[in-house]
Amino acid sequence: MSEFALEITNLKKTYDSDVVALKGINLSVKVGDFFALLGPNGAGKSSTIGIIASLVTKSDGKVKIFDIDTDKDFPKAKRLLGVVSQEINFNNFEKVIDIVTTQAGFYGIPLKDSKLKTEMTLKRLGLWEKRNEQARSLSGGFKRRLMIAKALIHEPKLLILDEPTAGVDIELRREMWEFLKEINAQGTTIILTTHYLEEAEQLCKNIAIIDHGELIENTSMKDLLSRLDVQGFVLDIDNPLDEPPSIPNFPVTLEDSTTLNVVIKKEQSINFLFDQLTAQGINVLSMRNKSNRLEEMFIEMVNKN
Amino acid sequence: MNRRSEILVSLITLIRKEIKRYLRIWVQTLVPPAVTMSLYFVIFGSLIGPRIGTMDGLDYIQFMIPGLIMMSVITNSYANVVSSFYSVKFQKSIEELLVSPMPNWAILVGFVMGGVSRGVLIGCIVFCVSLFFYPSFTIVNPLLTITVLFLTAILFSLMGFINAIFADSFDDISIIPTFVLTPLIYLGGVFYSINILPDIWRNISMANPMLYVVNTFREGMLGVSDVSIPFALAMIIFFIVTLASTCLFLLHRGVGTRQ
Repeated sequence: MSEFALEITNLKKTYDSDVVALKGINLSVKVGDFFALLGPNGAGKSSTIGIIASLVTKSDGKVKIFDIDTDKDFPKAKRLLGVVSQEINFNNFEKVIDIVTTQAGFYGIPLKDSKLKTEMTLKRLGLWEKRNEQARSLSGGFKRRLMIAKALIHEPKLLILDEPTAGVDIELRREMWEFLKEINAQGTTIILTTHYLEEAEQLCKNIAIIDHGELIENTSMKDLLSRLDVQGFVLDIDNPLDEPPSIPNFPVTLEDSTTLNVVIKKEQSINFLFDQLTAQGINVLSMRNKSNRLEEMFIEMVNKN
Repeated sequence: MNRRSEILVSLITLIRKEIKRYLRIWVQTLVPPAVTMSLYFVIFGSLIGPRIGTMDGLDYIQFMIPGLIMMSVITNSYANVVSSFYSVKFQKSIEELLVSPMPNWAILVGFVMGGVSRGVLIGCIVFCVSLFFYPSFTIVNPLLTITVLFLTAILFSLMGFINAIFADSFDDISIIPTFVLTPLIYLGGVFYSINILPDIWRNISMANPMLYVVNTFREGMLGVSDVSIPFALAMIIFFIVTLASTCLFLLHRGVGTRQ
């Protein structure tokens, strides 16, 4: 058994329009990992996934799925791979159950077995009650679930999700997170691209960032977060202020008369900040992170690149 | 399960899906050819036909039946594949096939078999309709008739597949049927024998590929033809092999299917 679920070597892609999407990416994802592939729009994430899934033809480089070279035996590699595309890619006029059963058939699963597998998968994703409805009548969230059901029907060992929670409400997003955590715990390696950095932070063990077709970071989530130097906090106070309080070494700004923004360095003590505020007669009612920590670092990295 | 069985299952799945697709919308796919051909039989066969007299020594309606069946087979097998394959491209559901381990040849065979089944089914429906208007019709050479029926449906399904590969819009899938196929079919001996034409038009007609398909089928059904049957069969098989190879090459290169 291979150590890696996915190995990408010097992957390049130049489209017919001369747009260079990938400039030679090297990436390895270990078996059992929950891996985030991040990057701004047009960075090359979808091109990378497209090549792995054979929806995009590569210009150069190698892709191995569980040690199977896709140039040598792509069909064998495809049996181990499930892909949830960014855009809806099923016939909206077909019934939910038919879409999933047909997908199973495309993977060579006989009709009798595929009916059983379809029932199990649809039940698992909360779609069984909607099995006889046309796909077009489903809500956006259920369409996303259907995409995942299709990708899981042949029980892949590597699941790639290209922005699976885009446009999905918070409740459903959380449900999906739980589901993905569950199948990852059962042994499925997952690669996720997302614009919600909170999602990556919550779910993923390792992370790679692509920008302008190049890999600018490839590390563990823990390591990445430990590199954060500063964090922004929002403090709600009870008595309105006209101007922000002056606290040595703590830049404080007023968002409005009862809301303060504070930037705290990693080595600074939050206790000291509260002591200073108390000394100035400012009572703090509540405190929260100003924005996602990973988001700050991501923007910094991309801007630097 | 071995690789061969897997491919067979995936191929059967695709063929089943294709057949279900056109049967689900039977009012749009199966009824119109029956209605249109009934009108042809009524107007050209029963009303105008007796005034025309005989064609190649046959009643005019009798002469027309193989041509009208072929016309239906050609247009429907072509239309089925071009619209189905372009639709899966348009809806992106082609990704369901591309991410699966199905080989390109199985994808091609699946779509072509969908087109062939519809073409042959329509051919049978039109033949049944024709029996209402000419009940004494008998098929002279059933083996040749069935062979040409299937070969023609395969040939035009392949053409439809290539059209769909290059199509970028719904306009692109109607241009060839409207401006190329229909005129060639009408001028390809469906309604007349080229022996009634002046020499120059007869010679020009010999360059029309539809003439060979229609006349070979007429030879099978009625035993009369304006062309050499071995030559026509060889041409049909040659074009099937050439077009199938082209389709596989285009799929392998990802033209129109992969970015």
